[in-house]
Amino acid sequence: MSDGEAGDGEPNGDGADAAATNDGDRFDRLPATAADREVEGRPTRQEVLEWWDERFGVDPAVFDDHTFWERGSGKVWAFADDVASPVGIEGLGLAFLRTRREHWKPTLEAVQRFGDHADENVIDLSHEEAATFVAGDDQELDWDGDWGYLLVTGELAGEREPLGVGLFVHGELRSQVPKGRRRDL
Amino acid sequence: MDVLERYADIIDDYDAFLSACERPLPSVVRVNTIKTTPERARAALDEAGIDYERCEWHDGLLRLSDAQPGTNWPYVHGWLHGQEEVSAVPAEVLHPQPGERVWDACAAPGSKTTQLAAQMDDTGLLVATDNNLGRISALRSNAERMGVTNVAVTHEDARNHSLKPFRAPGTREGAEGAPYDRALVDVPCSCEGTMRKNPDTLDEWTLEHVKGISGVQKGVLTRAVQATKEGGTVVYSTCTFAPEENEAVLEYALAEESCELVEFDLPLDHAPGVTEWEGEQFDDSMRKAKRIYPHHNDTGGFFCAKLEVTA
Repeated sequence: MSDGEAGDGEPNGDGADAAATNDGDRFDRLPATAADREVEGRPTRQEVLEWWDERFGVDPAVFDDHTFWERGSGKVWAFADDVASPVGIEGLGLAFLRTRREHWKPTLEAVQRFGDHADENVIDLSHEEAATFVAGDDQELDWDGDWGYLLVTGELAGEREPLGVGLFVHGELRSQVPKGRRRDL
Repeated sequence: MDVLERYADIIDDYDAFLSACERPLPSVVRVNTIKTTPERARAALDEAGIDYERCEWHDGLLRLSDAQPGTNWPYVHGWLHGQEEVSAVPAEVLHPQPGERVWDACAAPGSKTTQLAAQMDDTGLLVATDNNLGRISALRSNAERMGVTNVAVTHEDARNHSLKPFRAPGTREGAEGAPYDRALVDVPCSCEGTMRKNPDTLDEWTLEHVKGISGVQKGVLTRAVQATKEGGTVVYSTCTFAPEENEAVLEYALAEESCELVEFDLPLDHAPGVTEWEGEQFDDSMRKAKRIYPHHNDTGGFFCAKLEVTA
């Protein structure tokens, strides 16, 4: 599993026809449903909402005021407004979700922004464990739930707050904090 | 500090001004209200054992005694952003509302952009423009760390800013987007007011640069007035004292575009804009602009004016 940074420049992974159908210089609004899909392999708004609901228990209504956009293959952005699609600019809202591989992966920024609505596949870390996670280090942890991408939280100012994304496999939580966001605390 | 002598006659207490300019600047953070509240951010700093004092005029600004705002838990959560106290002024003066269309004409690296987004409750459309891709990368990184979802980033010369990317869904291709409700024109400048943070600034100062950059400033300000709807608000700001980059730029915009300077409240000590500089007379309404000198509030230096777009 790659843990690429939230920026650009990653090669298109799978999806052999991605180059022909996705333009990395512009944002295309996601189709509402599969019936509206024109670009093969492009995720739909419905799929994105269902994924957040099924994986993390985030109510689709949380995203009622956001539109979803794809730039490049499988990079989904969440935008608070709406404009005519496509739009050829440098950024549109928040890099939100990677859908190009079999297992979809939310960005750290999406988890920090929307993760307080999640109640499934959420792993709460102690201060010490959270420091290990934020430093970008892997650690062995007890977790009875699903393997795969987990939403990682830590306590701050008396409440559980979303920190980022971890990959749980073989008894180990692998930090997915991008290099630029790692800190030694 | 020789450069500053040219301002000896327009600054109320020049000796106090000079001595403030030689002191280092306090480290200040702004609370990101997209992710938390000022109360919880203060509680998080207390938890982390970080000393701070509140800036009286702004609930979300905290002066830190430790100068490393980036290595603590509230920062990692995107609750804090390092931002000079006085640089929080123009967004407060612009006062954007949730759901509006707002343009940040010279946006990178995004301190003011993310402040505008928070004021808008991260709703509506905030277009953030810059002409430098490296700085746009910093802008995007800051916006993402703060969880901003209402920002649209464009790489272009603000003087030629296009509204076409922001046409409404269902409109014909090539149509213009609707004009803005508000625009922030916080232009590149000679940065004299940042000398407490970057003492080298004044060593690099030349009058040719001041005059050259004032041409760019005029172009950006006039484009912002054109792109803002009638009755809308444009705020013009710099971190410099030079009237060539401040009042003279406003004077140009008043002559070229339909706009006027308007009064505004600012709960910080300041002096009015000047109406005369080196033999040149400016409109009396320049007094509505505000000059913030370092000795006034123990901050960097700043200039800020509020304009209304007229018919």
